Amino acid sequence: MRFLASLINGISLGSVYAIIALGYTMVYGIAKMLNFAHGDVIMVGAYAAFVMLNQIGLPVYVAIPVSMVVCTVLGLVIERFAYRPLRKAASPLAVLITAIGVSYLLQNLALLIFGANTRSFSSVVHLKSLRLFDGGIIITGEMIVNAVVCVAIMAGLTLFVNKTKQGQAMRAVSEDKGAAQLMGINANGTIALTFAIGAALAAVAGVLMCSSYPALTPYTGAMPGIKAFVAAVFGGIGSIPGAFIGGILLGVIEVLGKSYISSQLGDAIVFSVLIIVLLVKPTGILGKNIQEKV
Amino acid sequence: MAMLEVNELKVCYGVIQAIKGISFHVNEGEVVALIGANGAGKTTILHTITGLIGAQSGEILFEDKNITKTAGHKIVSMGMAHVPEGRRVFSELTVLQNLKLGAYTRKDKGEIERTLETVYERFPRLYERKNQIAGTMSGGEQQMLAMGRALMSHPKLILMDEPSMGLSPIFVNEIFDIIQKVSASGTTVLLVEQNAKKALTIADRAYVLETGRIVKEGAAESLLHDDAIRKAYLGE
Repeated sequence: MRFLASLINGISLGSVYAIIALGYTMVYGIAKMLNFAHGDVIMVGAYAAFVMLNQIGLPVYVAIPVSMVVCTVLGLVIERFAYRPLRKAASPLAVLITAIGVSYLLQNLALLIFGANTRSFSSVVHLKSLRLFDGGIIITGEMIVNAVVCVAIMAGLTLFVNKTKQGQAMRAVSEDKGAAQLMGINANGTIALTFAIGAALAAVAGVLMCSSYPALTPYTGAMPGIKAFVAAVFGGIGSIPGAFIGGILLGVIEVLGKSYISSQLGDAIVFSVLIIVLLVKPTGILGKNIQEKV
Repeated sequence: MAMLEVNELKVCYGVIQAIKGISFHVNEGEVVALIGANGAGKTTILHTITGLIGAQSGEILFEDKNITKTAGHKIVSMGMAHVPEGRRVFSELTVLQNLKLGAYTRKDKGEIERTLETVYERFPRLYERKNQIAGTMSGGEQQMLAMGRALMSHPKLILMDEPSMGLSPIFVNEIFDIIQKVSASGTTVLLVEQNAKKALTIADRAYVLETGRIVKEGAAESLLHDDAIRKAYLGE
């Protein structure tokens, strides 16, 4: 019973990781960069929703789309002004370091605007909890919504990438930017679109995460962001189903580890698993073997 | 009338001057070859024409429009396709997905279908393998795919960069055969080749490049019989 309860908890937490990881992995797949500010975009999305829901009192169906728009614009601005000018820089480290800088910038801006106090985020989910086995297992509405939204996003992205013209353009840019340009694909525009999608997903993740775990601070996004990065690497970075599987597994491992081994060592367990996976299969679960092309 | 005109083009790679002021043109309906050794600057010229790299000075005119500063992704819809060196097919996508990306800038679905049929007629092997992942095909088949993909944009001018590189002799003959057929169907061809003999056999005119400069030009037929050319490029 305890195992089942932990498993369900883990899937719910993992669904949030998976949504964040999908954003990470798409941006990596196309722009070949690790957007370490991705976690903080989640925090911005959560604050945007918090302001609209708790301070202005707007309904959920307005607050969520608007916070997605806020994050999309933020994602586009970050891409255009922080990352694009460095895309042709000699070292790929330049853009990586910039991403870390953007991460701190966002955290400090949030600190400046909202202060360091923990805000209590009220859940956007108003579903009744399911009680199974006479209350032995409780599945909250948030858990159900997390899992459903995560599966829907992953299915939507898979369809988008494989079936639409824009999606095919993304795959083309991801593999060979120059050849994609020869097809008439605007590589910069495609990369910007990817950032926009990733940021919109981050807003969804932020709202869902703060609905399940209601404490909101300027650092709320940092740790989940890093764990989602781990999840993306775990599943095979660049792979959409990989990010999904990696996210769910990571959530399950974290909750099971906290429940059975040590509640303090939860994060340590998560990162140990990453190390083991990378030692055994360096490309991650669904990662492609990197071929050297002649 | 010259379909493509390149005037006093100079291109830099970092501090290295790769192209040192060259001028040439391609008339409508011609097959023009650029030949020269490795590092002469042939690929750089093609990359500059299709906007993958910027020119330092000089101008490139396509159908009298100055395209020197036009962004790379806007070139193909003007009617110029580029089959890049090393084929560069999208190896994770299927043959059909690759071909459809070739028609990325075209809107009319019916027209795209018709072009697809003509490409399949020209390359029956692509039809047989339309659902195969491109990266799993042989070099010769990938070259056909790269050419088919370029033809999907229905270009007026097609630039081909080393289409015979790394292919077996049978495939080389097949590829040159196809280039002649593409030309016969009314597409103008600018061909870059290290296989000078083959290139001169099918070209109307040719330019000989040496370290970023044009050192000789003329009818392909006469270059084929030029003693200096025979010595330097035809291995005789």
